[in-house]
Amino acid sequence: MSIPLTHYLTLAAIIFTIGVFGIFLNRKNVIVMLMSIELILLAVNINFVAFSVFLGDLAGQVFAMFILTVAAAEAAIGLAIVVVFFRNRGSIDVEDINLMKG
Amino acid sequence: MDSQPAFDVIPALPELLLFIAGLLLLVLGSLRERDAARLVTPLAILSLIVAAFVVIGGDKTAAPILGGHFVHDSFAAFLKVVILAGSAASILLAQGYLRNQDLDRFEYPLLILFASLGMCMMVSANSLLALYMALELQSLPLYVMAAFNRDQLRSTEAGLKYFVLGALASGMLLYGCSLVYGFTGTLSFTALADLLRPGETGVASLGIGALVGLVFVAAGLAFKLSAVPFHMWTPDVYEGAPTPVTAFFAAAPKVAAVGLTLRVLMQPFGAVAGEWQQIIVFISVASMLLGAFAAIGQTNIKRLLAYSGIGHIGFALVGLAAGTERGVYAVLIYMTIYVVMTLGTFAAVLMMRRQGRYVETIDDLAGLSRRQPMLALAFAIFMFSLAGIPPLAGFFGKLYVFMAAIEAGLTPLAVIGVLASVVGAYYYLRIVKLIYFDAPAEAFDRPDRVELQAVLGVCAVLVLGFILIPGPLLATAQAAAAALMP
Repeated sequence: MSIPLTHYLTLAAIIFTIGVFGIFLNRKNVIVMLMSIELILLAVNINFVAFSVFLGDLAGQVFAMFILTVAAAEAAIGLAIVVVFFRNRGSIDVEDINLMKG
Repeated sequence: MDSQPAFDVIPALPELLLFIAGLLLLVLGSLRERDAARLVTPLAILSLIVAAFVVIGGDKTAAPILGGHFVHDSFAAFLKVVILAGSAASILLAQGYLRNQDLDRFEYPLLILFASLGMCMMVSANSLLALYMALELQSLPLYVMAAFNRDQLRSTEAGLKYFVLGALASGMLLYGCSLVYGFTGTLSFTALADLLRPGETGVASLGIGALVGLVFVAAGLAFKLSAVPFHMWTPDVYEGAPTPVTAFFAAAPKVAAVGLTLRVLMQPFGAVAGEWQQIIVFISVASMLLGAFAAIGQTNIKRLLAYSGIGHIGFALVGLAAGTERGVYAVLIYMTIYVVMTLGTFAAVLMMRRQGRYVETIDDLAGLSRRQPMLALAFAIFMFSLAGIPPLAGFFGKLYVFMAAIEAGLTPLAVIGVLASVVGAYYYLRIVKLIYFDAPAEAFDRPDRVELQAVLGVCAVLVLGFILIPGPLLATAQAAAAALMP
């Protein structure tokens, strides 16, 4: 028995929403934000792979591979910035990112 | 997109050149023990300029690259020249500041070089995959650059904020791409345009799934444009990042983002303009108004320029909202003039240095005209131009976008735009008043770098001289806009 497309899309939508809320509602830790960003990208990957299979078109899977690569680069840069921030501030709590008010 | 193997890379020569130059300079910079920055910086500027000349001299008829994922046409060529020139000027601007702040590492010009490569790819992207890859190639160096002064808390905080919000924007854009792909079945812009072209029977329509995708893509792009309601990162990042980095952020990446937005909305989704027009109108009105009102209370000049930049993006989007060839033409002119004005303003801001320390509050400018009349004059020219007062270039940028909006029947939008620019004029003129009529503050240091003065002078001359020789810019912008229309 095959799983219909809507199941995949719903799953991806839920994970995407968790990721977005993780960024906005999280008051604790910057690392949680990085994890939320990864969640968002993985939700998109589920979408692409599911669409790709149901459309019978390989382009979506190729796109997913590209996203994985870019996500790795993005995580590396993100962690590097978190490290330099920690060196200066001595903390990575979200509440402490408050030098400039915007 | 056909399945034949394509090695049509000749139109991508400028990008290849930038890419190879970037890799070579990276190796060169790593091999040198000291003075790497002094060697790499001129070479990086040189490669940007050479790439710009390759674009100018190259063939501008529409040509697909890499099997249609990218396309090179006169629209892309126009924006590439603006981007490359803006990036080269930003490297020049930065030299004095970086040397004084002990930040002259060779990575700085290289990051700009790679970001420029990403921007050139952005404006010629012709598929959702190319769009995403180009956008990331542009964004990743920018995150690093915001945190470039890594021993300073403000700079690293700006980098962190920019990274988190930028990554979120990329995520939203990607989610939109996945929906558009899933509900239309293609990644290529050309195929999308064919798919959405109205048949003999009826009007073009976008399914609800693809429409939601389009909204997500537009949200992601609005983030990169720093348009309201996705502007929250802009003032903080502009204030926190080192000033030359802010100058770079305000110039070339904005042009690239506007170029990408124009292409995405006009080419693949051009047939369903009705679906996205209201979104753009809303974003444009909100950006113009926020840019005008929020800047009034600012005391930091970089923060003020951030709000001013948000407002200017709002004005540029007025032309896009028109959705016509005239509109695209107006946006191209507006963005070119905006880059020149912005670079000039930041060059002037970079001269605000007192006993070796850079100052950035507006009150530091008080009475500048008594001590440094030339710098004061330059400030006044740029402020009048940003406010859109004739006969300076900034006025014509606004004139063209508003005329395009009125021709497209969007008179209320043009009226709101004019009102917003009147409100905006208040804070620009306040700076001029401070410079010319207030009691003098302590004098600034004599500028010790000739590049900074050169950039300032060239930008001031361009802003002043646009009214005399507008022809070349108008003609190329016309050809570029025509290339974008189906």
